[in-house]
Amino acid sequence: MDTRVKSSEFGAGYRSKIALGKTLSYILLIFLLILCIFPFYILIINATRLNAEIQSGFTLLPGRALTYNFKNLFSNENLMILRALWNSIFVSGSTALLTTYFSAMTAYGIYAYNFKMKGFVFTFIMVIMMVPVQVSTLGFIKLITEMGLMDTLLPLIIPAIAAPGVFFFMIQYMRSVLPHAIIEAARIDGSNEFRTFNTIVIPIIKPALAVQAIFSFVASWNNFFVPALIINSKEKKTIPIVIAQLRSADYMKFDLGQVYAMIAVAIIPVLICYLLLSKYIIRGVTLGSVKG
Amino acid sequence: MKTQTSYKRRRSVSYAKWGYFFIAPFFIIYFTFQLIPLLSTFYNSFFESYRVGLTQVGPNFVGFQNYVQILTESELPRFAANTFILWIIGFIPQILVAMALALIFTSYRLNIKGQGIFKTVIYMPNLIMASAFSMLFFALFSDQGPVNILLVSTGIIDEPFRFLSNTNATRGLIASMNYLMWFGNTTILLMAGIMGIDQNLFEAAEVDGASSVNVFFRVTLPLLAPILIYVLITSMIGGIQMFDVPQILTNGNGNPDRTSMTMIMYLNKHLASKNYGLAGVVSVLIFIVTGIFSVFVYRSLTKSSREEKKIINKKYKVKRKGGSYGY
Repeated sequence: MDTRVKSSEFGAGYRSKIALGKTLSYILLIFLLILCIFPFYILIINATRLNAEIQSGFTLLPGRALTYNFKNLFSNENLMILRALWNSIFVSGSTALLTTYFSAMTAYGIYAYNFKMKGFVFTFIMVIMMVPVQVSTLGFIKLITEMGLMDTLLPLIIPAIAAPGVFFFMIQYMRSVLPHAIIEAARIDGSNEFRTFNTIVIPIIKPALAVQAIFSFVASWNNFFVPALIINSKEKKTIPIVIAQLRSADYMKFDLGQVYAMIAVAIIPVLICYLLLSKYIIRGVTLGSVKG
Repeated sequence: MKTQTSYKRRRSVSYAKWGYFFIAPFFIIYFTFQLIPLLSTFYNSFFESYRVGLTQVGPNFVGFQNYVQILTESELPRFAANTFILWIIGFIPQILVAMALALIFTSYRLNIKGQGIFKTVIYMPNLIMASAFSMLFFALFSDQGPVNILLVSTGIIDEPFRFLSNTNATRGLIASMNYLMWFGNTTILLMAGIMGIDQNLFEAAEVDGASSVNVFFRVTLPLLAPILIYVLITSMIGGIQMFDVPQILTNGNGNPDRTSMTMIMYLNKHLASKNYGLAGVVSVLIFIVTGIFSVFVYRSLTKSSREEKKIINKKYKVKRKGGSYGY
């Protein structure tokens, strides 16, 4: 009897405690939600307003100068934004393709075959995974200069073939979905090893390829450090370099409508892709948690 | 069983060359564009090589002179301290908020609705171009920017606050951006960690009458320790590489008075001005520090499974001693 009374008392307090916890949790979540969305909201609003409007005040409602700002931005000959947009798409697209395909290939080489150096090769790739790109940039610039590839887009694309992080994701994925029996079966059917990889393995690991393609596209799209040191000429610039150029110019003399439109051009495409694919991306974050 | 292995071995020997074929592109590209440049960077750190105007000085071999110069005369130690400060004031709120969110999301008692939307939104800033995000903050917090307009018009302050001329405000802005960009990612990692903990442990603790605070400190936190260490160290490694955000926000100067200049920004300055000797030294030092941290990452990863087992054993033992809820 005694215990029953106690437990019911405990129950009532418990329930109100949960309700309080729930309310507080939702308040925290909504606060963080607003915090995350707010900067982007102002960005979109200000991209639709005229320079004078932006400088005179701040509203929560969009203006009517969206097309005007974009027209000005796209025809601005100092920025050559359309050219930069194309360069960025070209570099990021090629990077995503190369990085996913060749990382899958490397992972398959280690997953499917036994060879003498296998253990060493795997450990080696795991070790180099943590080396930051910045520390080899000096040598990279020297090498690129010697190769005569300075101020071209190629050095931003080709190195993507060796991507330890993507490799690690791929081999983890293969371990979970790719049975050795399938490879054996393909062999018995007389398939050439390279063909087996291209026609049987690639379709099986498509989800992993898709996730990594998105990640590497975005990483390359956002990449700033190395491109800024390699690209000089106007026609070769990618979006982040143009952003930096915008920052180093005399900011107050700029048409702010164009500034916001420019930032929108850099951010919105990724934002839209993300919102469409967020389910897969968030799952990918968890899967690749060791990637760092 | 025995025949199977020997069969396997025989098959694999004949296919070994394919293994090399598949890994060849990776290694050719890696050696050409990463390893050789890395070694060349090390090599260059021992040479005097810089530009004064149009004349190139060196390269002349000078041994460790560049190292001595960087460590005693340059401001690198100060920039290392800056980098650490910028990282830590972003990391503390990041880990606290991420922890709270991970607990909220995984609590079946709170049973939060609309988790998908929340997770989607909090992860979003992570994919945004850091330089554009920084440019956006620069525009928002500039002297005549929307934030100042808002603060003045609502009467909170009398005249525009110059965020970028104030050390704490600039550092705060950089840290907030890093926080916004990474707390969603950390939340997702911690959630995966919490969901990976054996649910029986939580149930057992609850049946034993442990308060939720006790459950958090005695069960969740110790079992999450390896992931927390992983998050901490990978975040530190990321912090060492901090560049895009402060570079754009301060236009590469680390204003005010280079108090927000990071190590990579300093490296970038030397690289851009072709001061290769000193750039080499900075690269080597960053490489060493990152290497030390990486060792801890591997330790924490390999240790995690062992320690988890230990704690689970301890818990079950305690439970068995109690005797009431044995299986």
